[in-house]
Amino acid sequence: MLSLLIWLPLAGAIAVALLPRTLSKPVGLGVALATLVAGVVVAASYEIDGGRQLTEEHEWIEAFGVHYALGVDGLGLLLVLLTVLLVPLVLGAEWFKADAAGSAGARSFVAWTLALEGLSLAVFCATDVFLFYVVFEATLIPAYFLVGGFGRDGRGAAALKFLMFQLAGGLVLLASVIGLYVVSAQQGEPSYLLSDLEKLDIGTEAGRWLFFGFFIAFAIKAPLFPLHTWLADTTEKATPGTGVLLVCILDKIGTFGMMRFCLGIFPEASQWATPFVITLALISVVYGALVAIGQDDVFRLIGLTSLSHFGLITLGVFTMTSQGGTGAILYMVNHGLGTAALFLVAGYLYDRTGTASIREMRGVEKVAPVLAGLLLVAGLATLGLPGLSPFISEFLVFVAAFDYGWYVGAIAVTAVVLSAIYVLWMYQRTMTGPTPPEVEGTTDLGVREIAAVAPLMVALVFFGFYPAPLLDVSNPMVGDLMQQVGVQDDAPTVVHAETEGEGAH
Amino acid sequence: MEFVKPELEYAELLPLLIVFGGACVGVMLEAFLPRGTRRLPQVGLALVTVVAALVATVVVGMGLDEHAGADGSGGSEGRGLVGAMGSIVVDGPTVYLWGLLLVFALGGVALFGEQRLEGGVSAFTGQAAALPGTEGEREASTRGLEHTEVYPLLLFAVFGMLLFPASGDLLTMFVALEVLSLPLYLLCGLARRRRLLSQEAAMKYFLLGAFASGFFLYGAALVYGYAGSVSFAGINEAVRAGSANHGLLLAGIGLLAVGLLFKVGAAPFQAWTPDVYQGAPTAVTAFMAAGTKVAAFGALLRLLYVAFGGERWSWQPMLWVIAIASMILGAILAIVQNDVKRMLAYSSVAHTGFILVGVLGVQSAGDLAQGQYTSLEGVLFYLTTYGFAMIGAFAIVTLVRDAGGEATAYDRWAGLGRTSPLVAGAFAFFLLSMAGIPLTAGFIGKWAVFTSALSAGAWPVVLVAIACSILAITFYVRHIRLMFFTEPSQDGAGVVTRSSLLTSGTIVVCLAATLVMGVVPGPVLDLVTGAGDFIR
Repeated sequence: MLSLLIWLPLAGAIAVALLPRTLSKPVGLGVALATLVAGVVVAASYEIDGGRQLTEEHEWIEAFGVHYALGVDGLGLLLVLLTVLLVPLVLGAEWFKADAAGSAGARSFVAWTLALEGLSLAVFCATDVFLFYVVFEATLIPAYFLVGGFGRDGRGAAALKFLMFQLAGGLVLLASVIGLYVVSAQQGEPSYLLSDLEKLDIGTEAGRWLFFGFFIAFAIKAPLFPLHTWLADTTEKATPGTGVLLVCILDKIGTFGMMRFCLGIFPEASQWATPFVITLALISVVYGALVAIGQDDVFRLIGLTSLSHFGLITLGVFTMTSQGGTGAILYMVNHGLGTAALFLVAGYLYDRTGTASIREMRGVEKVAPVLAGLLLVAGLATLGLPGLSPFISEFLVFVAAFDYGWYVGAIAVTAVVLSAIYVLWMYQRTMTGPTPPEVEGTTDLGVREIAAVAPLMVALVFFGFYPAPLLDVSNPMVGDLMQQVGVQDDAPTVVHAETEGEGAH
Repeated sequence: MEFVKPELEYAELLPLLIVFGGACVGVMLEAFLPRGTRRLPQVGLALVTVVAALVATVVVGMGLDEHAGADGSGGSEGRGLVGAMGSIVVDGPTVYLWGLLLVFALGGVALFGEQRLEGGVSAFTGQAAALPGTEGEREASTRGLEHTEVYPLLLFAVFGMLLFPASGDLLTMFVALEVLSLPLYLLCGLARRRRLLSQEAAMKYFLLGAFASGFFLYGAALVYGYAGSVSFAGINEAVRAGSANHGLLLAGIGLLAVGLLFKVGAAPFQAWTPDVYQGAPTAVTAFMAAGTKVAAFGALLRLLYVAFGGERWSWQPMLWVIAIASMILGAILAIVQNDVKRMLAYSSVAHTGFILVGVLGVQSAGDLAQGQYTSLEGVLFYLTTYGFAMIGAFAIVTLVRDAGGEATAYDRWAGLGRTSPLVAGAFAFFLLSMAGIPLTAGFIGKWAVFTSALSAGAWPVVLVAIACSILAITFYVRHIRLMFFTEPSQDGAGVVTRSSLLTSGTIVVCLAATLVMGVVPGPVLDLVTGAGDFIR
């Protein structure tokens, strides 16, 4: 089943590349929707009691102890669902943009997008470290061509910077992956299966070195301060759709990897590194938000808000409590939904005004009320307004942070204030005020454009009031993980109600 | 001294004999056929010879098991036989390398035979003896002359390459070294266009190569002085027994290594690489880059693992230094190039470093885990992936042309991805394989050599190798960006010329090999593992 899920978009990518240009977009969307259906079927056949399910295992490279092994747990499932949901929406939102003059054409956009989807799904499903590494690196190729082929001037340089950062991280990871093989070979038969590696008895010092390899790669991916500098450049130059694919799907691999590999394989080293990682996460939270406030380019702003959010997710992961873990998982999903909405709506705005500069936009609200409304909702989701789904995850992370140490919580909470500033100020400057004559003719959103963000809005509101499905899926996984790490704590307190208001909204 | 009639195992040495015979017949054809009618018989002969040798190699490989433990191989893991009175060793690695070399030779013949790119003539000069820019040269080119001697020369070089890793003593190895080098020196100087550059390349290669041969010979003399034997088995025994004059042995190893490291293009003996790769006709460069490296690494492995296996602790530190120097130098100098062929040349220096990382990862059998592969196997696999990527990449270089022939300057490649996405895509794929991106063969190769080095505890070298891989990615990716995301330059861009099936077929085969070995490396790895160890 998981194989079908992965190979369907990959086959679709090849089909789109071979079919005539006129068919690219319908076929691409069809494949993406079929993958969505496959994803839903996977979710339906998943049983909510933890453990890895729907597993498949075949020998791949016998000499290296490598298997083609797939399986999903709660975390993997949620990210799979997020991916299959976002891709058709991106294709819908970018329907006409990919044909724009000077870009590489709709066919290659659709084909690369589907390839990226298939490889990302493989990343979230892989339960063999070697397989994970292979697809982890392979996602960069479609991502590179998406950034380099579509978007604004200067994208070539941005794509190069993106790729260099990611490949450098990948090679650091390679060192650790090789190290794992050596350790595993020393203790008998070499194997890359996650289930074997989790049982492995890695020496303290070796474990810490290997942990660092993994962590650096994921910190570049996620990104964390100080390895984040590629992020804003890339989101600025790429199209909003590519931005969604990169920030909402690809970057999740970073935090996903921290949870699954850093904590799963190196529990001792993870605990040892906690103070260091939490410091970096806190710097990311505050620094990302502060820099976001100062941005003039709306896409840079969104990119940097994500830096702040990824800081919070990492914080949740490394507090090593069930609240933190669950919060981090929920945050990954909710950040995907909220930021995707923000990117796409900002993209609509850019199509209409022809500029991404906040300074040059004002008074759009009156001529395009739907656009303004959606931007506001997406923005409010980003700042964690109660009633929208990111609030719950943010709240859980703050609980875990205060649990870890009051000062950590205190610093983390400033994110709420800062995010209110960057979101609301951005909204105020672009949307409100008198409508200048050149904005008068702006048309409001069309049906296609609304349809592309509507599912995100519905999900944000629905999970804002009823997060139980997400919690039910993620809690068992976090329980297993905490057991692996060896941390004992109270039974997960599931927060259903939005009684406690956090900070200033 | 009594003369003993040598006994030759004709069946097992058949691949060697076929290639040598084919080369001699080629010379005959050259002597007796009229000039205009030579090309077709020569190409046909070369193809038939290489294919026949390949078939013979497969047959020999299948029959290797019958020789297991025979011929005084002394219970070691290797299987095969020591033939020709101890001069030639036909064991698993030898047969694998033979197969590999012959496949690359096939690609070489195909590229040599290409005529469509130059508008009906080959890429080799019409009359090598005519001075560049003289009346004689013009006349040769108007009469459409060509040198068909290149095919016998190629076969002689292939013969040398086959003999090189199979040699069982220092003298045979030296003869093989010369047999493989001399035709290559000549071939390098035969370019039809930019002849001065080509002749300069040949001259440099010859002079430096002659020096390297001298080093090798000197080293062989010193080692003979130490061990009292030139056969690898004899040297091995003497090394393990130990004796006085240890300095003699160390100096000998060093000098022998200089000779071989020159051939593989490792730093600090890499100085000829960029000039020769750039100046030589690209078809020659493709064949040489893959073939010489494979053969010379085969010889290096045999020399170090078999003859000096007991002296491992002496040569491993030397290889550490050389591997690190090659990787750093190759990667950094490749960044500042602005010519595709030079860039590939420096990248091949870096690759030499990566392969050396594998070579120095040798461990005694007891240290390896059950089911873990050896460093020899890793190196053999890397050589396979490297050769296919290099031949494919250089074959594509022959396609991209402007009015002055091959357009190798970077600015001529700008925007190639828009005009010819398939060719640019294939080139990008080869570059990605050299960079070691997963799902390409290069990744698996890199993984294999790095792992064996790390298992052997050479973690500092592996860390440097990783850092150099990151550096190397810069210039590979920059070139991809140049092809796909840069506007074509104003003063003329290169265009992809339609080639005949010879070149395009070679490219497709290399592409397929690079992809298949990246996605399902299992069969090739099994082949490598099945090759087993050297006979000691």
